[in-house]
Amino acid sequence: MMFFLEVTISGLMAGVMYSLVALGFVLIFKASGVFNFAQGVMALFAGLTLVGLMEKFGLPPWAGIMATIAVMILLAWLIEFLILRRLVNQEHIILFMATIGLAYVLEGLGDVMWGSDVKLLDIGLPQGAVDWLLDDYNLYVEKLEVAAAVTAVIMVIVLAIFFQKTRIGRALRAVADDHQAALSVGISLRTIWVIVWSVSGIVALVAGIMWGSKSGVQFSLSLIALKALPVLMLGGFTSIPGAIIGGLIIGMGEKWAEIYMGPIIGGAIENWFAYMLALVFLLFRPQGLFGEKIIERI
Amino acid sequence: MNPSAAKEIPDTAPEKAILSVNNIEVIYNHVILVLKGVSLEVPKGGIVALLGANGAGKTTTLKAVSNLLHSERGEVTKGSIEFEGDEVNDMTPNDLVRRGCIQVMEGRHCFEHLTVEENLLTGAYTRNDGYGAIRADLDLVYTYFPRLKERRKSLAGYTSGGEQQMTAIGRALMSKPKMILLDEPSMGLAPQLVEEIFEIIRALNENEGVSLLLAEQNTNIALKYADFGYILESGRVVLDGEAAILRENEDVKEFYLGVAGENRKSFRDFKHYKRRKRWLA
Repeated sequence: MMFFLEVTISGLMAGVMYSLVALGFVLIFKASGVFNFAQGVMALFAGLTLVGLMEKFGLPPWAGIMATIAVMILLAWLIEFLILRRLVNQEHIILFMATIGLAYVLEGLGDVMWGSDVKLLDIGLPQGAVDWLLDDYNLYVEKLEVAAAVTAVIMVIVLAIFFQKTRIGRALRAVADDHQAALSVGISLRTIWVIVWSVSGIVALVAGIMWGSKSGVQFSLSLIALKALPVLMLGGFTSIPGAIIGGLIIGMGEKWAEIYMGPIIGGAIENWFAYMLALVFLLFRPQGLFGEKIIERI
Repeated sequence: MNPSAAKEIPDTAPEKAILSVNNIEVIYNHVILVLKGVSLEVPKGGIVALLGANGAGKTTTLKAVSNLLHSERGEVTKGSIEFEGDEVNDMTPNDLVRRGCIQVMEGRHCFEHLTVEENLLTGAYTRNDGYGAIRADLDLVYTYFPRLKERRKSLAGYTSGGEQQMTAIGRALMSKPKMILLDEPSMGLAPQLVEEIFEIIRALNENEGVSLLLAEQNTNIALKYADFGYILESGRVVLDGEAAILRENEDVKEFYLGVAGENRKSFRDFKHYKRRKRWLA
């Protein structure tokens, strides 16, 4: 029983990490209908920048984070100025292709600026197991993963309030629904895009910090973006809670499958289980668990 | 507005237009010439109807004014558009809404996944006169459209066509406009509902002093509510005049109101091409 619980918890915690990446995708997709392939690389870039700034200038963690947030906002502005502005009203697939290009540029830029070796990121997040759980219940739960979970919860609450209650949040949702109509009521798409890319840059930074603290800031970080895909298919591309719950289900399912089904069919299920699950979802519920209903008036 | 009051202000000419479009030409995608020299004027506080068949250039004219053309790769290549005496060309739609000129697009274009009330609130995006003022205007919109108050919590995507049209007009109203460019308010609505919406439009014009430029295919109802009308055909203004006079015009009757003249009982006598020639000459 304890073993089952431990597997479940570690699955859930891994899921939170996926959710952090998926969240960035959802934000941009919601507000501009663009699937941002570069989201994973943005997390890598943010992590690299943070480590680089802290190393080169000897900044304390909080100053490093502030500076990195500034860099991510600048990046959002540049992306709007150099890419999005030129591709207004093109097909979605063209914007998608542009984000693939962006992914390569950012990857290269990160390497050029901060070097390509694996870096340790230590901003003072707690490490090791949660003691009382280990002592009293013999459960091994990483402190870092708990921190990630708490951060994710806070972030989702803040984002939900931002989207539902504020003027800018409402404008973001309006843009997501109908570009033309949003323009016609005087919403400036450029402003909205800069805002939404900035926010998702900050989300990427959080993901970068968490993954970086866990396994070092390295190139493979950009590949976790691939794991975010099944999370999105499960949770729905347009739903923030969906990204979280999708992440949890994928994380948990993966671990369960690996432990309990793995021995039967020879293991390594963890690598493809998420994609199988996503495939099943695509067949039966293409908008995902929490995706916006495709409204059709008859 | 009281006309004698306007005359007392020395530096404004009488009958000053809030919007004047001077001989504009619009090209889409650098090749497709859609408007071939359209001129029109909307007097302050007036309702002007822009009439014509499908593809005549009504929507393009409105979008040229509201500057939504750019996002569809259209361009005004000749002529000028002035809103309250200022050249519109370099303004963004955002600037224009701030100045009080807003478009209600054809086909409603509500934000489907937002509630009716949220839709209305997005109309106030450009305002910064505080929550209280916006709230007051929301109530004002609800007095004009009581139906929206009932449906305020529903997603706009699930409301009926008429309610969506009301939402779209109400949303524009939330920006405190001086002028609304209204594109095909009657599209896809039951005749009774069309009448209801036009009554509200007239009330807005009279009570709030909003000027209106109205693109319509439904010539009958548009000429009933407008003061002045322009008829577009193939990107040109072919006829204009007071609404009352246009209503009596034989050509308008025949082409747009579906009423044949006295001595024209059969379609054999319907010499369309001839008339066309005369208009386009």
